Amino acid sequence: MKAFAQLYSELDQTTKTNEKVNAMAMYFTKTHAQDAIWAVALLTGRRPKRPIRTSDLKTWATELAGIPYWLFEDSYDVVGDLAETISLLIPLQKSEEDKSFHEVMREILAIQPQSEEEKKQWLLSYWSRFLRDELFVFNKLITGSFRVGVSQQLVYKAIAKAFDLDDKVIAHKLMGNWLPQSTNLNELLSDESSSYDDSKPYPFYLAYQLDVPFTDLGNIADWQLERKYDGIRGQIIVRNKQVHTWSRGEELMTDKFIEFEELKNILPHGTVVDGEVLPFKEGKIQSFNEMQKRIGRKNVSKKTLADVPLCMMCYDLLEYSGEDIRQRPLHERRALLEDVITKANTHLLKLSPVLITDSWDKVDALRTESKQLGCEGLMLKHRDSIYETGRRRGKWWKWKVDPYTVDAVLIYAQSGHGRRANLFTDYTFAIWDKEELVPFTKAYSGLTDKELIEVDSWIKKNTIEKFGPVRSVRAELVFEIAFEGINASPRHKSGIALRFPRIVRWRKDKKKEEINTKEDLLQLLNSV
Amino acid sequence: MLIQFTNRGIYCKQANVYIDPWKPVDYAIITHAHSDHARWGSKQYLAHKDSEFILRYRLGEISLETLPYDQTVQINGVTISLHPAGHIIGSAQVRLEYKGEIWVVSGDYKVKPDGYTIPFEPVKCQHFITESTFGLPVYNFPDVDDLNIQLNEWVAENAAHGLNSVLIGYALGKAQRILSALKTDQPILLHSTIYNTNEALGFDNSRYIKFTQDFKKEQINPGIVLATGSVIGNPWLRRFDPYKLAFCSGWMQLRGARRRRNADKGFIMSDHADWHSLNEAVLATGAENVYVTHGYKTVYAKWLREKYQLNATEVETLFEGESIESESSETKEEIREEDQQS
Repeated sequence: MKAFAQLYSELDQTTKTNEKVNAMAMYFTKTHAQDAIWAVALLTGRRPKRPIRTSDLKTWATELAGIPYWLFEDSYDVVGDLAETISLLIPLQKSEEDKSFHEVMREILAIQPQSEEEKKQWLLSYWSRFLRDELFVFNKLITGSFRVGVSQQLVYKAIAKAFDLDDKVIAHKLMGNWLPQSTNLNELLSDESSSYDDSKPYPFYLAYQLDVPFTDLGNIADWQLERKYDGIRGQIIVRNKQVHTWSRGEELMTDKFIEFEELKNILPHGTVVDGEVLPFKEGKIQSFNEMQKRIGRKNVSKKTLADVPLCMMCYDLLEYSGEDIRQRPLHERRALLEDVITKANTHLLKLSPVLITDSWDKVDALRTESKQLGCEGLMLKHRDSIYETGRRRGKWWKWKVDPYTVDAVLIYAQSGHGRRANLFTDYTFAIWDKEELVPFTKAYSGLTDKELIEVDSWIKKNTIEKFGPVRSVRAELVFEIAFEGINASPRHKSGIALRFPRIVRWRKDKKKEEINTKEDLLQLLNSV
Repeated sequence: MLIQFTNRGIYCKQANVYIDPWKPVDYAIITHAHSDHARWGSKQYLAHKDSEFILRYRLGEISLETLPYDQTVQINGVTISLHPAGHIIGSAQVRLEYKGEIWVVSGDYKVKPDGYTIPFEPVKCQHFITESTFGLPVYNFPDVDDLNIQLNEWVAENAAHGLNSVLIGYALGKAQRILSALKTDQPILLHSTIYNTNEALGFDNSRYIKFTQDFKKEQINPGIVLATGSVIGNPWLRRFDPYKLAFCSGWMQLRGARRRRNADKGFIMSDHADWHSLNEAVLATGAENVYVTHGYKTVYAKWLREKYQLNATEVETLFEGESIESESSETKEEIREEDQQS
């Protein structure tokens, strides 16, 4: 556990990619394969479920720290992170003993079904064993909030470096269905293991937002233009009469998207399609909101299936007749994709239309009309591009439509978490509803660190009331909020909910009298 | 009551003196020379003798009397004396006694010895005014010796990788502590504010290089740079590339504070009392009445009432403690001076 805690603090202490890769590579080289696989799982976001209730954690930590509960809560408000608060409050031990990382993880998984008393005894024994760095990492694991600032690609790169392998091969080998408790890193990386898993997806190829001029892209005839649909990017895999559907977040969604089950009788063995899962009804794409509601449900009922039927808008073909065709150029893959979809002849699979235009000048108009069609913008893909792994520049670009914006006034603030703990950085904004300010959205990214500090100190001086960690402040600071979509929402006081709201800029030039009104947003809601 | 809290500062009517007033007054007793405690414009000042040069350097032409620790003066029947506060060089607790009523105004203080500053001494009293900068149980500062070992290991490791070590701390107090803790042959470059502060303090500068516009990278290569928080986000730092950056501050106890600054390292090095030290200090005075100023005053006063049944109240002041954002208690003039340099 010490080695992993050490790795965590090294990753936490640097913002430089190279140093992160080196630290991980060093860890993978030195550590036991069984520990290493747990590190891979955790670093790529495969977190175990929280084994102990948060309220129990707080109570037991408070007891151990010998302080009143209110003081625990006040401390938590300041620190902003539960795992860290606990590790700072409980008395420190000076222990030299170490325990293997996979053993700790095994115990974390095993404790979940135990009784409250057993959990408490187990936890107290751990809390009195670790030094502070380990304690913090351990607490992160049992609070289910373990996160590190490394991307999946970076982890693959580090493994590649440690074992002198190709990172794209590693990306593929580490995709799909595996559990850290029942395998180890050597096993996953060995050649035999990668072939027989029918559910194994390919790493997704992702695009960056277009940031080069068209002149850099060359002849438009070399590019395939498609719409960028607003659904869930996914992969449908049909092998040996089985269907597996994966989301881009590497979640197996087969049980949520049950209509695709039928494809096992339609698509031939060894077919993998990349596309966008969309709600589609009566010849029209439905709102993303509808699908989100559907995904939120535990069980998919017949009524849901009828109300929000899904389809896949197919972008690409990755496997054809059991062969990995990702290294073939896009135009070849597209031809095969068209062939597969035509032969399948099912409402479940639609072909993402290719937009035809003869000049770059006309592309912007295509992008602008995307919004009316419920799309996020355009995709530009070079016809010779292979299907890469991860997010890469050059051959694929996304060109999203500009977001909507609204000016709003800050009315509530709460301190942030992680990097922003101890600073008031989570804001709630209001707009005018006639004479009254109504809260309508939260947003918390988009300001520079310097602005955050400035706003933070303003908040401290302009607090009207405190409700626990939340403060209401004088309505004075105006911000421009960007968002991707708007939906009616009876749950919110304002009656609307924004999609992906974030702060674009602080409008120091505007007064609260000049901000937008609820009327403005309702108008927007009705126009889309 | 011997002491009142007024809008000019902490006031003793019987002696007609203010302690660390934030507006100009006739007679000001200064606990220490940080700018939120030592303000300009009063007619007469009284401070510890070790504060003399730095007060004159920071406040310019002032009328100043000084006292050594433990020596008393009488002002209109009030017995006044200064006692070590362990915060920075020359920092003092002010003891005031009149007809058996004893108050101690502690200013900013630190209980654990730092190996450089004259250590804190508890003073018995009935009324104790305490800061609460780190008045939460999450603040438990590491052992000074361990910390100094870590600091020296860090600069040595950086040098082994051909990297400069940039250390950030405020100029008065923290900088001298860091310099005393560094045991290394590496060249050490000082930001001019720190160099000048050293000079005003009489701190031996002979071993250090003063930063000037003629600075050449080869002069340190690799070495240590000690600067104040004002250089953060400033092109001034670029000339030391490649370097690792560390902040030396009590706020480094929290991960968020360190990450927000993109620091490579945070050394939990504070000149204020941590949670356990605050409790220890308050109890050691034997005071039944405790007045809690700058910091987590509401929380800390509540804790003292509940846990120790003390008559603890919070008091509004304009003291700032260890500022989390600038990490400095520099005067405006000094910041301007730095701006011109960079």
